[in-house]
Amino acid sequence: MSEGRLQAAVRAHRIGGVILAVENVSLSFGGVQALRDVSFDVREHEVRAIIGPNGAGKSSMLNVVNGVYHPQKGTIRLQGREFHDMDPHEAAKMGIARTFQNIALFKGMTVLDNVMTGRNLKMRCSFLEQALWYGRARREELEHRRAVEQVIDFLEIQHIRKTPVARLPYGLQKRVELARALAAEPRLLLLDEPMAGMNLEEKQDMCRFILDVNDHYGTTIVLIEHDMGVVMDISDRVVVLDYGRKIGDGTPEEVRGNQAVIDAYLGVAH
Amino acid sequence: MLYREAGQFKSSYAQDQQIFPILQDRIAMMALLAFAFVVVPLIGNQYWLSAILTPLLVLALAALGLNILTGYAGQLSLGTAAFMAVGAFMAYNAQLRIPGIPILGSFVLGGLCAAAVGIVFGLPSLRIKGFYLAVATLACQFFVLWAINRVPWITNHSSSGVITAQQVVIFGYAFVTPASKYLLTLAIVTVMALLAKNLMRSETGRAFMAVRDMDVAASVIGIPMMKTKLLAFAISSFYCGVAGALYAFCYLGTVEPEAFTLDLSFRVLFMIIIGGVGSILGSFLGAAFITLLPTFLNLGSEILADALSIEIPHAIVSNLEAIVFGGLIILFLIVEPHGLARLWQIAKEKLRLWPFPH
Amino acid sequence: MNVSFFFEVLAGGLLAGVMYSLVALGFVLIYKASGVFNYAQGSMVFFAALCFVSMLEGGLNFWLAIAITLAVMVLLGVLTERIVLRPLVNQPPITLFMATIGLSFVLEGISQIIWGSQPHGLELGIQDVPMEWLSEKANVNISQLDLFAALVAGALVAALALFFHKTRVGRALRAVADDHQAALSVGIPLQHIWIIVWAVAGFVALVAGLMWGARNGVQYSLTFVALKALPVLILGGFESIPGAIIGGLIIGASEKMAEVYLGPYVGGGLESWFPYVLALGFLLVRPQGLFGEKIIDRV
Repeated sequence: MSEGRLQAAVRAHRIGGVILAVENVSLSFGGVQALRDVSFDVREHEVRAIIGPNGAGKSSMLNVVNGVYHPQKGTIRLQGREFHDMDPHEAAKMGIARTFQNIALFKGMTVLDNVMTGRNLKMRCSFLEQALWYGRARREELEHRRAVEQVIDFLEIQHIRKTPVARLPYGLQKRVELARALAAEPRLLLLDEPMAGMNLEEKQDMCRFILDVNDHYGTTIVLIEHDMGVVMDISDRVVVLDYGRKIGDGTPEEVRGNQAVIDAYLGVAH
Repeated sequence: MLYREAGQFKSSYAQDQQIFPILQDRIAMMALLAFAFVVVPLIGNQYWLSAILTPLLVLALAALGLNILTGYAGQLSLGTAAFMAVGAFMAYNAQLRIPGIPILGSFVLGGLCAAAVGIVFGLPSLRIKGFYLAVATLACQFFVLWAINRVPWITNHSSSGVITAQQVVIFGYAFVTPASKYLLTLAIVTVMALLAKNLMRSETGRAFMAVRDMDVAASVIGIPMMKTKLLAFAISSFYCGVAGALYAFCYLGTVEPEAFTLDLSFRVLFMIIIGGVGSILGSFLGAAFITLLPTFLNLGSEILADALSIEIPHAIVSNLEAIVFGGLIILFLIVEPHGLARLWQIAKEKLRLWPFPH
Repeated sequence: MNVSFFFEVLAGGLLAGVMYSLVALGFVLIYKASGVFNYAQGSMVFFAALCFVSMLEGGLNFWLAIAITLAVMVLLGVLTERIVLRPLVNQPPITLFMATIGLSFVLEGISQIIWGSQPHGLELGIQDVPMEWLSEKANVNISQLDLFAALVAGALVAALALFFHKTRVGRALRAVADDHQAALSVGIPLQHIWIIVWAVAGFVALVAGLMWGARNGVQYSLTFVALKALPVLILGGFESIPGAIIGGLIIGASEKMAEVYLGPYVGGGLESWFPYVLALGFLLVRPQGLFGEKIIDRV
């Protein structure tokens, strides 16, 4: 058995019940139908990949899950609760964190500040207490600083913590975005093409970090990815979208052998 | 060689979070405060204290308020003067109608009223962005001034619209001399600047900057849009309101709508552009620059007039002032959009390396 | 309610609105071609009017004065583009907006240093008196001057429409307004285009300055007209010429009506803020104005 398979077998028994279920979701913008009647589920502690050719609706799917887009039809069931219309703020409170395809970092702030914003839902002090910087507010800020420093250590970005993010190279910005998502201690992590635009080394690093997050924190991960090698190696299950429809759902091996999937990628007319 | 961090290690996060992490900075700040509180009142002449330094501090406070809203939270506002007016008039009314209220309480009340107005006129920011929002704040500016002129209760039924501000008396001590007014203003401004700095480097400040930089992402990570934007308007307007009260009570001596026109709003905006948006220090630098510039221009034109033995009419000097202001705005936007504060930072970095070039 | 009085107020408001539209037109032109919201438009109107009036008072022939003023406005446009806009080419729109605020201060300072700050009267040969046959026949008072201004504005809009849609230069201007990069790649010379745009805007500013000057005299308060144009632009959208006209009409009419019919209840002076609050209300419902394009936030 290969190293990857061994790891997969070891991880498999950690996978729990369904925590996210997408049911018959349809989404359109004006005349463009981005998603057609898509249904799949995600189990706790697993790594779920969403793949498909360009324009298949993968990012839209992620946006629906965390409430940035509202589907015209269908529901999202998150930890047992049903949502037709999720609010992004609500999603964050329910423990969903995400990264974006085109980095959505706060360009005017440093790395440390960006990652600290990930802790905002856990901060309890009012602005008055913060203005006085005394007692509870001070303790809270330092406690969260400690937590954030752990994430910074974990992702090996200590050396750039005071650098304004706008000055960082692309690969590091992506890592900072991941750090910010992790700082929120999410139950479900949505990663939108976390390895886009990276070279081989950077990709390997990112893979390692993603797997470590899943191992170490037990975070459920849903990721959109184009690199087939990465998908086959690290994901437990895969969903395949094409033109907004689901055309495949299963383990990487099952999906790899699926004729419809092969056709979609080879561009066979259908 | 003087300005070195070598040997100054931070062994706790608390140390790292200090406002002035470098020892030399702390010493410089202490020295500056000592100078401002002790030396200046002793050596300053009446004119400088009452006509230059006090308004400089007051406008710095207003610039601080605007910076919180526009610099940190990214909501452009042209209604600063209106908020100042609310603060001034409400402080006057509080002093007038609430028996036994301490003057500082009136100031705070003025600020709170300004904050309330700020929240009302900040509501559009939930749907409108950029300079469309600026037009909304213009509506605020014009409406508030109109209301002050039309609602007799506000001006205590004064027929001329010009009211004399009450005397500032704290614990029986009357602040009448320029030096005492200066010190009171300095004390209030220093405390409020400290509070603002604390606020901006904690979660509130981060939330403001997140909303400024990318509000969609901010809401996705859980930062509440409405609460954050309205809080920015509220805090900013509070600061502008207190500044307005100080402007009326400690500088002008009168409470009148003409002191709070659109022109003043632009002035404060220029202060934060030149001083540095998103910077507490920048608010002070910008206020100093804009307040001192007319003085230097006047001085310069007097010297020039003497040297050339000609008469330069005052009108020309004030127009020259407009040209220089406008020109400087354009210059700063082109050369250093982050203003004097950034130039100061660059100077400090050079100083750290001095005498080495890099 | 007195019907003829109502029409009088309405007509007066509409015609005042035409005046606002003239100023708003200048804004729209520059915004369409360079994406810059030119806060200095009001100061440009003031500058043009002052320049023209001073030459007239100096004894210059009417048409010669117009020609020279036009040349000066073109020069002003070229200088603005070169000194202010070009260095700021990649900055966010807010920065450019603030730069034009700075520009407006500079222009106001310069105009008052060169030409002084007393108000000047401006005679165009048409009096600001009610049209006789209208007031006699229908008991409605409508100013001759206002009507003339409306005709001029109409002619101007027609000319601009012809220019933009029928000439080669106009087509190039529309291309630039749509997409700078694409326009460049088909060989349209961007710098020349911007000079033309600022020249046309300068001309529009001159016409606006003449109309306003004839109505109210050429004085410093002219610069505040620019501020009134902002609600016009919000209603009509920043990029639409018909929008500027319609927006102006709506603002002018509503302002007048509010002043006349609501004013007495609240002590008058409504016109200082009513247009802004109206525009604000509009923005809350339809952020892109009547004719603008909807903005979609993509993540």
